[in-house]
Amino acid sequence: MKFSVMVNEGPYTHQAADTAYHFTRAALNAGHEIFRVFFYHDGVYNGTRMTTPPQDDRHIVDRWSELAHDHDIDLVVCVAAAQRRGILDKDEAKRNGKDGDNIAPGFRISGLGQLIEAGIEADRLLVFGD
Amino acid sequence: MKKFMYVNRHAPHGTIYPLEGLEVVLIGAAFDQDVSMAFIGDGVFQLNKGQDTADSGMKNVAPTYGALGDYEVTKLYVEQESLDERGLELNDLMNLTWEDEEEDWAEKPSIRVVSRAQLSDLLEQQDVILNF
Amino acid sequence: MLHTVNKSPFDSHSLQTCLGLAKSGSDILLIEDAVYAAMSGTAVTSMVEAAMASSTIYALEPDLKARGIGSEKMISGINLVGYDGFVELAVTNDKVQSWL
Repeated sequence: MKFSVMVNEGPYTHQAADTAYHFTRAALNAGHEIFRVFFYHDGVYNGTRMTTPPQDDRHIVDRWSELAHDHDIDLVVCVAAAQRRGILDKDEAKRNGKDGDNIAPGFRISGLGQLIEAGIEADRLLVFGD
Repeated sequence: MKKFMYVNRHAPHGTIYPLEGLEVVLIGAAFDQDVSMAFIGDGVFQLNKGQDTADSGMKNVAPTYGALGDYEVTKLYVEQESLDERGLELNDLMNLTWEDEEEDWAEKPSIRVVSRAQLSDLLEQQDVILNF
Repeated sequence: MLHTVNKSPFDSHSLQTCLGLAKSGSDILLIEDAVYAAMSGTAVTSMVEAAMASSTIYALEPDLKARGIGSEKMISGINLVGYDGFVELAVTNDKVQSWL
Protein backbone atom coordinates (compact mmCIF):
# COMPACT_ATOMS: atom_id res chain seq x y z
CA MET A 1 0.00 0.00 0.00
CA LYS A 2 1.12 3.57 -0.69
CA PHE A 3 1.05 6.00 2.23
CA SER A 4 1.38 9.75 2.41
CA VAL A 5 2.09 11.36 5.75
CA MET A 6 1.42 14.96 6.76
CA VAL A 7 3.29 16.46 9.72
CA ASN A 8 1.78 19.62 11.12
CA GLU A 9 3.95 20.34 14.14
CA GLY A 10 7.61 21.00 14.80
CA PRO A 11 10.06 18.73 16.60
CA TYR A 12 9.93 18.28 20.40
CA THR A 13 7.12 20.69 21.26
CA HIS A 14 4.48 18.19 20.20
CA GLN A 15 4.67 14.43 19.91
CA ALA A 16 3.29 14.62 16.36
CA ALA A 17 6.69 14.48 14.65
CA ASP A 18 7.63 11.41 16.71
CA THR A 19 4.38 9.55 16.05
CA ALA A 20 4.64 10.37 12.35
CA TYR A 21 8.21 9.08 12.25
CA HIS A 22 7.41 5.81 14.06
CA PHE A 23 4.38 5.24 11.87
CA THR A 24 6.47 5.83 8.76
CA ARG A 25 9.18 3.40 9.96
CA ALA A 26 6.57 0.75 10.80
CA ALA A 27 4.95 1.14 7.38
CA LEU A 28 8.33 0.68 5.67
CA ASN A 29 9.10 -2.35 7.86
CA ALA A 30 5.81 -3.90 6.81
CA GLY A 31 6.82 -3.50 3.17
CA HIS A 32 4.60 -0.53 2.33
CA GLU A 33 5.63 2.42 0.23
CA ILE A 34 5.81 5.98 1.51
CA PHE A 35 4.84 8.27 -1.37
CA ARG A 36 5.71 11.48 0.47
CA VAL A 37 6.06 13.03 3.91
CA PHE A 38 4.74 16.60 3.71
CA PHE A 39 5.57 19.13 6.41
CA TYR A 40 3.10 21.97 6.97
CA HIS A 41 2.36 24.63 9.60
CA ASP A 42 5.09 24.37 12.26
CA GLY A 43 5.95 20.97 10.82
CA VAL A 44 8.42 22.80 8.55
CA TYR A 45 10.70 23.17 11.59
CA ASN A 46 11.46 19.46 11.23
CA GLY A 47 13.53 20.52 8.23
CA THR A 48 16.14 22.82 9.77
CA ARG A 49 19.67 21.44 10.07
CA MET A 50 20.48 23.94 12.86
CA THR A 51 19.09 21.98 15.79
CA THR A 52 21.35 20.76 18.60
CA PRO A 53 19.21 18.69 20.92
CA PRO A 54 20.78 17.30 24.11
CA GLN A 55 23.01 14.29 23.52
CA ASP A 56 20.80 11.98 25.56
CA ASP A 57 17.70 12.74 23.50
CA ARG A 58 16.58 11.65 20.05
CA HIS A 59 17.71 13.83 17.15
CA ILE A 60 14.44 14.33 15.35
CA VAL A 61 15.77 16.23 12.32
CA ASP A 62 18.67 13.84 11.71
CA ARG A 63 16.28 10.94 12.08
CA TRP A 64 14.20 12.25 9.17
CA SER A 65 17.33 12.90 7.08
CA GLU A 66 18.53 9.32 7.72
CA LEU A 67 15.13 7.93 6.79
CA ALA A 68 15.18 9.91 3.56
CA HIS A 69 18.68 8.67 2.81
CA ASP A 70 18.18 5.01 3.74
CA HIS A 71 14.77 4.53 2.13
CA ASP A 72 14.68 7.21 -0.56
CA ILE A 73 11.75 9.00 1.09
CA ASP A 74 10.50 12.28 -0.38
CA LEU A 75 10.45 14.81 2.48
CA VAL A 76 8.74 18.01 1.35
CA VAL A 77 8.56 21.24 3.31
CA CYS A 78 5.81 23.63 2.22
CA VAL A 79 7.34 26.79 0.74
CA ALA A 80 4.66 29.18 2.06
CA ALA A 81 4.85 27.80 5.60
CA ALA A 82 8.65 27.73 5.38
CA GLN A 83 8.86 31.36 4.29
CA ARG A 84 6.73 32.41 7.25
CA ARG A 85 8.95 30.52 9.66
CA GLY A 86 12.42 30.99 8.17
CA ILE A 87 13.25 27.60 6.74
CA LEU A 88 15.23 28.11 3.54
CA ASP A 89 17.30 26.28 0.99
CA LYS A 90 19.95 28.09 -1.07
CA ASP A 91 17.47 29.08 -3.80
CA GLU A 92 14.93 30.44 -1.35
CA ALA A 93 17.66 32.37 0.48
CA LYS A 94 18.82 33.95 -2.77
CA ARG A 95 15.29 34.63 -3.96
CA ASN A 96 14.29 36.34 -0.72
CA GLY A 97 17.54 38.16 -0.04
CA LYS A 98 18.45 36.22 3.10
CA ASP A 99 22.03 35.77 4.29
CA GLY A 100 21.87 32.04 4.90
CA ASP A 101 19.99 28.82 4.39
CA ASN A 102 19.20 26.07 6.88
CA ILE A 103 17.41 23.19 5.17
CA ALA A 104 18.43 19.78 6.47
CA PRO A 105 19.71 17.02 4.17
CA GLY A 106 17.01 14.93 2.54
CA PHE A 107 14.37 17.68 2.68
CA ARG A 108 13.22 19.78 -0.26
CA ILE A 109 11.06 22.90 -0.31
CA SER A 110 8.05 22.90 -2.62
CA GLY A 111 4.46 24.06 -3.00
CA LEU A 112 1.17 22.93 -1.52
CA GLY A 113 0.40 21.16 -4.78
CA GLN A 114 2.75 18.46 -3.53
CA LEU A 115 0.41 17.86 -0.58
CA ILE A 116 -2.64 17.56 -2.82
CA GLU A 117 -0.71 15.22 -5.10
CA ALA A 118 0.27 13.20 -2.02
CA GLY A 119 -3.42 12.80 -1.24
CA ILE A 120 -4.32 11.88 -4.80
CA GLU A 121 -1.50 9.39 -5.44
CA ALA A 122 -1.45 7.54 -2.10
CA ASP A 123 -3.91 4.91 -0.92
CA ARG A 124 -3.95 6.47 2.53
CA LEU A 125 -3.05 9.94 3.82
CA LEU A 126 -2.43 10.31 7.54
CA VAL A 127 -2.23 13.63 9.36
CA PHE A 128 -0.11 14.05 12.50
CA GLY A 129 -0.48 17.28 14.41
CA ASP A 130 -1.67 18.96 17.52
CA MET B 1 -11.26 12.03 -9.07
CA LYS B 2 -11.10 11.76 -5.29
CA LYS B 3 -13.39 13.31 -2.71
CA PHE B 4 -11.30 15.64 -0.53
CA MET B 5 -12.75 17.05 2.66
CA TYR B 6 -11.00 19.74 4.69
CA VAL B 7 -12.11 19.59 8.30
CA ASN B 8 -11.87 22.86 10.21
CA ARG B 9 -12.13 22.76 13.98
CA HIS B 10 -10.19 25.83 15.10
CA ALA B 11 -11.46 29.34 15.72
CA PRO B 12 -9.73 32.00 13.60
CA HIS B 13 -6.77 34.11 14.75
CA GLY B 14 -5.90 32.23 17.95
CA THR B 15 -3.91 29.83 15.79
CA ILE B 16 -2.73 29.84 12.19
CA TYR B 17 -4.51 26.62 11.25
CA PRO B 18 -7.58 28.27 9.63
CA LEU B 19 -5.45 30.63 7.54
CA GLU B 20 -2.96 28.04 6.37
CA GLY B 21 -5.78 25.53 5.96
CA LEU B 22 -7.54 27.88 3.57
CA GLU B 23 -4.34 28.16 1.51
CA VAL B 24 -4.42 24.39 1.02
CA VAL B 25 -8.07 24.52 -0.07
CA LEU B 26 -7.36 27.23 -2.64
CA ILE B 27 -4.35 25.40 -4.10
CA GLY B 28 -6.25 22.12 -4.00
CA ALA B 29 -9.10 23.67 -5.99
CA ALA B 30 -6.85 23.69 -9.06
CA PHE B 31 -6.52 19.91 -9.03
CA ASP B 32 -9.97 18.98 -10.34
CA GLN B 33 -10.99 16.89 -7.37
CA ASP B 34 -14.35 16.86 -5.56
CA VAL B 35 -13.66 19.30 -2.74
CA SER B 36 -15.70 20.23 0.32
CA MET B 37 -15.05 21.83 3.69
CA ALA B 38 -16.50 20.94 7.07
CA PHE B 39 -16.71 23.36 9.98
CA ILE B 40 -17.02 21.60 13.31
CA GLY B 41 -16.71 22.83 16.89
CA ASP B 42 -14.91 26.17 17.08
CA GLY B 43 -14.32 25.93 13.33
CA VAL B 44 -17.74 27.51 12.82
CA PHE B 45 -16.35 30.77 14.22
CA GLN B 46 -14.21 31.09 11.09
CA LEU B 47 -17.37 32.03 9.23
CA ASN B 48 -18.53 34.68 11.71
CA LYS B 49 -19.67 37.91 10.02
CA GLY B 50 -17.99 41.23 10.68
CA GLN B 51 -14.45 40.18 11.55
CA ASP B 52 -12.34 43.33 11.88
CA THR B 53 -8.67 42.69 12.53
CA ALA B 54 -7.42 46.30 12.26
CA ASP B 55 -6.67 46.78 15.95
CA SER B 56 -5.29 43.31 16.58
CA GLY B 57 -3.01 43.47 13.55
CA MET B 58 -3.87 39.91 12.62
CA LYS B 59 -4.27 39.00 8.97
CA ASN B 60 -7.94 39.17 8.05
CA VAL B 61 -8.70 35.87 6.39
CA ALA B 62 -12.47 36.33 6.31
CA PRO B 63 -12.61 37.96 2.85
CA THR B 64 -10.81 34.94 1.39
CA TYR B 65 -13.80 32.72 2.18
CA GLY B 66 -15.72 34.93 -0.24
CA ALA B 67 -13.40 33.81 -3.05
CA LEU B 68 -14.06 30.11 -2.52
CA GLY B 69 -17.08 30.13 -4.82
CA ASP B 70 -14.92 31.42 -7.68
CA TYR B 71 -12.51 28.53 -7.05
CA GLU B 72 -15.40 26.08 -7.35
CA VAL B 73 -15.32 25.23 -3.66
CA THR B 74 -19.05 25.40 -3.18
CA LYS B 75 -19.76 22.95 -0.39
CA LEU B 76 -19.09 24.40 3.06
CA TYR B 77 -20.74 22.11 5.58
CA VAL B 78 -21.39 23.66 8.96
CA GLU B 79 -22.45 21.47 11.85
CA GLN B 80 -25.78 22.57 13.39
CA GLU B 81 -24.90 21.31 16.85
CA SER B 82 -21.66 23.31 16.83
CA LEU B 83 -23.62 26.46 15.96
CA ASP B 84 -26.20 25.76 18.68
CA GLU B 85 -23.53 25.22 21.35
CA ARG B 86 -22.09 28.62 20.45
CA GLY B 87 -25.39 30.46 20.24
CA LEU B 88 -24.95 31.08 16.52
CA GLU B 89 -27.44 30.98 13.68
CA LEU B 90 -26.96 30.91 9.91
CA ASN B 91 -27.64 34.65 9.97
CA ASP B 92 -24.52 35.25 12.05
CA LEU B 93 -22.35 33.74 9.35
CA MET B 94 -20.94 35.36 6.24
CA ASN B 95 -23.13 35.20 3.17
CA LEU B 96 -20.97 33.00 0.96
CA THR B 97 -22.23 32.19 -2.51
CA TRP B 98 -21.27 30.54 -5.76
CA GLU B 99 -22.61 30.92 -9.28
CA ASP B 100 -24.20 27.86 -10.82
CA GLU B 101 -23.17 27.72 -14.47
CA GLU B 102 -25.82 25.10 -15.09
CA GLU B 103 -28.62 27.36 -13.93
CA ASP B 104 -27.75 30.52 -15.81
CA TRP B 105 -25.17 31.58 -13.21
CA ALA B 106 -27.79 31.72 -10.48
CA GLU B 107 -26.23 32.70 -7.16
CA LYS B 108 -26.53 29.97 -4.55
CA PRO B 109 -25.42 29.70 -0.94
CA SER B 110 -22.21 27.76 -0.31
CA ILE B 111 -22.84 27.27 3.39
CA ARG B 112 -24.89 24.15 4.03
CA VAL B 113 -25.89 23.64 7.64
CA VAL B 114 -26.02 19.93 8.40
CA SER B 115 -26.77 17.88 11.47
CA ARG B 116 -24.09 15.86 13.24
CA ALA B 117 -25.66 12.70 11.82
CA GLN B 118 -25.51 14.08 8.28
CA LEU B 119 -21.91 15.19 8.79
CA SER B 120 -21.06 11.70 9.98
CA ASP B 121 -22.41 10.35 6.68
CA LEU B 122 -20.49 12.97 4.70
CA LEU B 123 -17.21 12.03 6.39
CA GLU B 124 -17.75 8.37 5.50
CA GLN B 125 -18.15 9.32 1.83
CA GLN B 126 -14.75 10.99 1.52
CA ASP B 127 -11.56 9.52 0.07
CA VAL B 128 -9.09 11.90 1.71
CA ILE B 129 -9.68 13.91 4.87
CA LEU B 130 -7.32 16.69 5.94
CA ASN B 131 -7.54 18.40 9.30
CA PHE B 132 -6.76 21.99 10.17
CA MET C 1 -12.85 4.43 8.84
CA LEU C 2 -9.99 4.59 11.29
CA HIS C 3 -10.31 7.51 13.68
CA THR C 4 -7.26 8.60 15.66
CA VAL C 5 -7.45 10.87 18.68
CA ASN C 6 -4.33 12.37 20.20
CA LYS C 7 -5.42 14.77 22.93
CA SER C 8 -6.22 14.02 26.54
CA PRO C 9 -9.99 13.79 27.05
CA PHE C 10 -9.60 15.89 30.20
CA ASP C 11 -7.99 18.69 28.27
CA SER C 12 -9.85 18.70 24.97
CA HIS C 13 -13.19 17.91 23.36
CA SER C 14 -11.53 15.99 20.54
CA LEU C 15 -12.43 12.54 21.83
CA GLN C 16 -16.02 13.60 22.42
CA THR C 17 -16.22 15.12 18.92
CA CYS C 18 -14.76 11.94 17.44
CA LEU C 19 -17.20 9.66 19.24
CA GLY C 20 -20.12 11.90 18.24
CA LEU C 21 -19.23 11.62 14.57
CA ALA C 22 -17.79 8.11 14.27
CA LYS C 23 -20.18 5.61 12.76
CA SER C 24 -20.96 2.31 14.37
CA GLY C 25 -18.35 -0.26 13.45
CA SER C 26 -15.49 2.25 13.34
CA ASP C 27 -11.99 1.58 14.58
CA ILE C 28 -10.89 4.24 17.04
CA LEU C 29 -7.23 4.48 17.98
CA LEU C 30 -6.07 6.46 21.01
CA ILE C 31 -2.55 7.81 20.57
CA GLU C 32 -0.26 10.25 22.39
CA ASP C 33 -2.11 11.98 25.27
CA ALA C 34 -5.45 10.43 24.28
CA VAL C 35 -4.33 7.12 25.80
CA TYR C 36 -5.41 8.55 29.17
CA ALA C 37 -8.95 7.88 27.93
CA ALA C 38 -8.19 4.17 28.23
CA MET C 39 -7.98 4.42 32.02
CA SER C 40 -10.77 3.01 34.16
CA GLY C 41 -12.52 5.01 36.88
CA THR C 42 -12.20 8.42 35.26
CA ALA C 43 -14.74 11.07 34.35
CA VAL C 44 -14.72 9.85 30.74
CA THR C 45 -14.71 6.08 31.34
CA SER C 46 -18.45 5.72 30.79
CA MET C 47 -18.25 7.69 27.53
CA VAL C 48 -15.49 5.36 26.29
CA GLU C 49 -17.31 2.22 27.47
CA ALA C 50 -20.46 3.39 25.67
CA ALA C 51 -18.46 3.80 22.47
CA MET C 52 -17.07 0.29 22.88
CA ALA C 53 -20.57 -1.07 22.45
CA SER C 54 -20.60 -0.04 18.79
CA SER C 55 -16.98 0.55 17.79
CA THR C 56 -13.61 -1.05 18.45
CA ILE C 57 -11.28 1.01 20.59
CA TYR C 58 -7.52 0.62 20.41
CA ALA C 59 -4.73 2.28 22.36
CA LEU C 60 -1.14 2.67 21.23
CA GLU C 61 0.97 0.64 23.64
CA PRO C 62 4.20 2.66 23.46
CA ASP C 63 2.21 5.75 24.49
CA LEU C 64 0.53 3.91 27.40
CA LYS C 65 3.89 2.64 28.63
CA ALA C 66 5.47 6.08 28.31
CA ARG C 67 2.76 7.44 30.58
CA GLY C 68 2.91 4.65 33.15
CA ILE C 69 -0.54 3.28 32.39
CA GLY C 70 -0.44 -0.41 33.16
CA SER C 71 -3.09 -2.94 32.18
CA GLU C 72 -4.42 -2.97 35.73
CA LYS C 73 -5.43 0.70 35.32
CA MET C 74 -7.12 0.24 31.98
CA ILE C 75 -10.73 -0.23 30.89
CA SER C 76 -11.17 -3.89 30.13
CA GLY C 77 -11.64 -4.63 26.45
CA ILE C 78 -9.42 -1.91 25.00
CA ASN C 79 -7.13 -3.43 22.38
CA LEU C 80 -3.43 -2.66 22.59
CA VAL C 81 -1.40 -2.16 19.42
CA GLY C 82 2.12 -1.08 18.56
CA TYR C 83 3.09 1.09 15.58
CA ASP C 84 2.88 -2.00 13.38
CA GLY C 85 -0.71 -2.46 14.53
CA PHE C 86 -1.36 1.21 13.80
CA VAL C 87 -0.17 0.62 10.23
CA GLU C 88 -2.38 -2.49 9.98
CA LEU C 89 -5.41 -0.48 11.08
CA ALA C 90 -4.63 2.15 8.44
CA VAL C 91 -4.45 -0.61 5.83
CA THR C 92 -7.65 -2.43 6.77
CA ASN C 93 -9.74 0.75 7.01
CA ASP C 94 -10.46 2.70 3.82
CA LYS C 95 -9.25 6.01 5.21
CA VAL C 96 -7.94 7.67 8.37
CA GLN C 97 -9.42 10.69 10.13
CA SER C 98 -7.15 12.38 12.69
CA TRP C 99 -9.06 14.20 15.40
CA LEU C 100 -6.32 16.60 16.47
